[in-house]
Amino acid sequence: MEEIYAKFVSQKISKTRWRPVPAGSLQTAETFATGSWDNEENRVSLWSIGDFGNLDSDGGFEGDHQLLCDIKHHGDVMDLQFFDQERIVAASSTGSVTLFLHHPNNQTLSVGQQWTAAHYHTSPGSPSCRSAPCTGVVCSNPEIVTVGEDGRINLFRADHKEAVRTIDNADSSTLHAVTFLRTPEILTVNSIGQLKIWDFRQQGNEPSQILSLTGDRVPLHCVDRHPNQQHVVATGGQDGMLSIWDVRQGTMPVSLLKAHEAEMWEVHFHPSNPDHLFTCSEDGSLWHWDASTDAPEKSSLFHEGGRSSIFLFHSISNQANVHQSVISSWLSTDPAKGRIEITSLLPNRTLSVNSLDVLGPCLVCGTDAEAIYVTRQLFS
Amino acid sequence: MAERRGPCGIGGFGPAGSTGGARAGSSLATGAELEARARSFGGPANSRWLRLGAMEELDGEPTVTLIPGVNSSKKQMCFDWGPGEMLVCETSFNKKEKSETVPGCPFIYIIRKDVDVYSQILRKLFNESHGIFVGLQRIEEELTGKSRKAQLVRVSKNYRSVIRACMEEMHQVAIAAKDPACSCQFSSQVSILSAMELIWNLCEILFIEVAPAGPLLLHLLDWVRLHVCEVDNLLADVLGSENPRKHESFWKLVTILVLQGRLDEARQMLSKEADSSPTSAGMCRILGDLMRTMPVLSIMLGDEAALLEQKELLNNWYHFLVTRLLYSHPTVKPIDLHFYAQSSLDLFLGGESSPEPLDNILMAAFEFDIHQVIKECSIALSNWWFVAHLTDLLDHCKLLQSHNLYFGSNMREFLLLEYASGLFAHHSLWQLGVDYFDYCPELGRVSLELHIERIPLSTEQKALKVLRICEQRQMTEQVRSICKILAMKAVRNNRLGSALSWSIRAKDAAFATLVSDRFLRDYCERGCFSDLDLIDNLGPAMMLSDRLTFLGKYREFHRLYGEKRFVDAASLLLSLMTSQIAPRSFWMTLLTDALPLLEQKQVIFSAEQTYELMRCLEDLTSGRPVHGEPDAQRLQDDDIETTKVEMLRLALARNLARAIIKEGSLEGS
Repeated sequence: MEEIYAKFVSQKISKTRWRPVPAGSLQTAETFATGSWDNEENRVSLWSIGDFGNLDSDGGFEGDHQLLCDIKHHGDVMDLQFFDQERIVAASSTGSVTLFLHHPNNQTLSVGQQWTAAHYHTSPGSPSCRSAPCTGVVCSNPEIVTVGEDGRINLFRADHKEAVRTIDNADSSTLHAVTFLRTPEILTVNSIGQLKIWDFRQQGNEPSQILSLTGDRVPLHCVDRHPNQQHVVATGGQDGMLSIWDVRQGTMPVSLLKAHEAEMWEVHFHPSNPDHLFTCSEDGSLWHWDASTDAPEKSSLFHEGGRSSIFLFHSISNQANVHQSVISSWLSTDPAKGRIEITSLLPNRTLSVNSLDVLGPCLVCGTDAEAIYVTRQLFS
Repeated sequence: MAERRGPCGIGGFGPAGSTGGARAGSSLATGAELEARARSFGGPANSRWLRLGAMEELDGEPTVTLIPGVNSSKKQMCFDWGPGEMLVCETSFNKKEKSETVPGCPFIYIIRKDVDVYSQILRKLFNESHGIFVGLQRIEEELTGKSRKAQLVRVSKNYRSVIRACMEEMHQVAIAAKDPACSCQFSSQVSILSAMELIWNLCEILFIEVAPAGPLLLHLLDWVRLHVCEVDNLLADVLGSENPRKHESFWKLVTILVLQGRLDEARQMLSKEADSSPTSAGMCRILGDLMRTMPVLSIMLGDEAALLEQKELLNNWYHFLVTRLLYSHPTVKPIDLHFYAQSSLDLFLGGESSPEPLDNILMAAFEFDIHQVIKECSIALSNWWFVAHLTDLLDHCKLLQSHNLYFGSNMREFLLLEYASGLFAHHSLWQLGVDYFDYCPELGRVSLELHIERIPLSTEQKALKVLRICEQRQMTEQVRSICKILAMKAVRNNRLGSALSWSIRAKDAAFATLVSDRFLRDYCERGCFSDLDLIDNLGPAMMLSDRLTFLGKYREFHRLYGEKRFVDAASLLLSLMTSQIAPRSFWMTLLTDALPLLEQKQVIFSAEQTYELMRCLEDLTSGRPVHGEPDAQRLQDDDIETTKVEMLRLALARNLARAIIKEGSLEGS
């Protein structure tokens, strides 16, 4: 990767998300949203990485990303997702979920819809409720699913004021993240190392399947599903481990990969190039995992200025799907075949990298050192 | 900076100090907080410089901060120290008047030191320089000689470029500001940043580069060119005009270029003049030649009186100094610098005005008095960032080793602690402070321990970040306390699963027992378990406390029973009682759970196991205390209990009979 641009923004960034490009268009990513946390006044902001028509004097692109507009957000931004081109859903530490509207004409943001107290605790003795942080949100137009520290799962629809479906006490511990498996199924990860699959067609408060790490109950912080192979799921844990799961079989991960030295806050498959995966961590690192098999002479080596890393790649469950014509490179059980090249993307170790997003050749990430990093040449 | 929070009472406040005005601010709220806490308000609150460097007297008057809204003439104030902040309020202890007149204390004021921490733009400076600072601490100690020096110079340049970037942004904001007061405030910040960079740059040349005679002057010339930059605008202005040589500032520009030693550019300007007016061409050519042959011209311009006449163009005394050196003493040795500096200052000011703080700082630098530089900067600047980072860098140049304070630790550490404490007082920048504490070998650890406990844990995610900081540094006490706070919070929110998770993480056996009891109580009330996803997956964590083990095992019994693995379930149930893991209060429940197993068609409990069960039952019933006056409710309860015991005895006896027959016949066959 050639160039990565940093911009200091005077707020700790908790989330960064690219605005999706319209389906079928040839556009590349150019706008992203960020959320801040731990500030006296937090904000949701939209940024542009500039006009692609304008070349600077050196013939390159102008590097800096510019603020388009921002809006105050009550509480820490715990999660952020684009609902569609114009709408952004933000999850708040105050337990509310807000749908923001972007008006491109005058470059402003406004509140479109808000579900206050979507997540809350009920105290034993008193009838009053205390708000609980909403920790994760996922959208699939028109549906929005949120999870929280209260172990509750909410299903909202953009045009409904009330939750369409709520699963109280879905989890006895904190739910950290949620993603769609295949509608209407969702996948949640929690603070005791479990991955649960929920089917909204089923009544009742029980998950349809529970998968878990063995023994240590290491909290899982993030989850992403392979864009093409819906049974392949990646999660990141408190110990920095990357786990790859095949949700069709077994209750344990297919492989465990030793990765970061502290909490892995996010994991993302590349949406159109899913042999590539990206992770970021509390230890201040941002990694690019390349499992494409066509790359010649690859080994499980760690590429970063002389720094070596212990690297475990072992599979746990037996692979029963050998008959399948397409085997995901992530499920490969043969350590010799499953070669993964890892590159560290940030030049210096900084404070925690809280969030990242990839779209096409572009990557954006945000840190506790109040910097946003952008690159437009991921695969160069 | 005073901020008003309230309205509220004065609960939780320290002793009321009835003397002393509202003196607060940067010079007051300093010193190691713990020591300062004990001191009284009117006491040696301004003793920072007295203590630093073992100096005998105060170097500057402490600044007085008036708190808006507090009537300091009433002498009715009380205060309390916090780390980096101070709380102040008016007391209502009125000697004569009764309190019903006016409530004395409607507000509590938060007085913050290190106000610059709250500037949005300076935040970028703090964040960006944090990375440089951490990089500097990791510079290999083995690096020596040239490579080490080159690296230190590079670090110094990095710091300066961050200051410059910050200054430029501040400048843009100042221009864009609509409110004149606001714009003025930003402009003054720009000049402070500019002064910081000026001082830093000079320190870099004198203390880090340590250039010998000759190159020293070249560095000083660069320094002046960088900081007296009006000439660049003028140059662009003149060259951009239609007819440069007719421009009113043409000769002014040429003079400034010469004064800054930019002779090539001056010559180019003159050649323009020569091209356009043949009459003066001859003279210009001569001048041009003169300039090319430096010594001639330098002798010519070496005339100090002539130089002084250009006072206006020179802007300041240090420009005068450098120009004077260029043309009179180009090979000045570092050791002689202070002599020329002092005389330049005297000549330039001409006794008309007295030197300002910036002049004193630069003069101290020319005198190679590093401590004086740092001291003057600490007094003059409104933040700790500058002195902390500069001192640290100079310390890495091994220039401060000899200087130890007679309290705390050395000066580098003292200043870093101050700066980091300021960061920790900020709601968001506290994460940066951690690394600064890490690199304070003496008091860093204990300061971090004190500060980290005060970080509000608003979400679990934030708590996890704080926990990670503590765990990486083996701060077990803090880890325990954070987990405990989170466990307590979870219990209050009726989130028993979370509470248990946190107490397991803290390895807090007592709390795990407490939460387990809650689970068991809920089970007894509802007849079913909650949070099965957690209890079923306790794993080795189950061993944390006996009660937790019991909870896990008891749930396992239920699972075995549900799976109709009756024999396994039965022996587990029995072992829970015989191994004394089950609390006695729970035995009756366990025995009742045994009832359906005793009533199964096939024999599940062996004869031996049945004897054990009987012994448990007798233990329980015989040890029961005799109650005093029985009331109606107790009578009814006792009634139920008696029935239960009788049913159990009957079931046990029948099972024993069946077991004996079965075992006898099996053994017989």
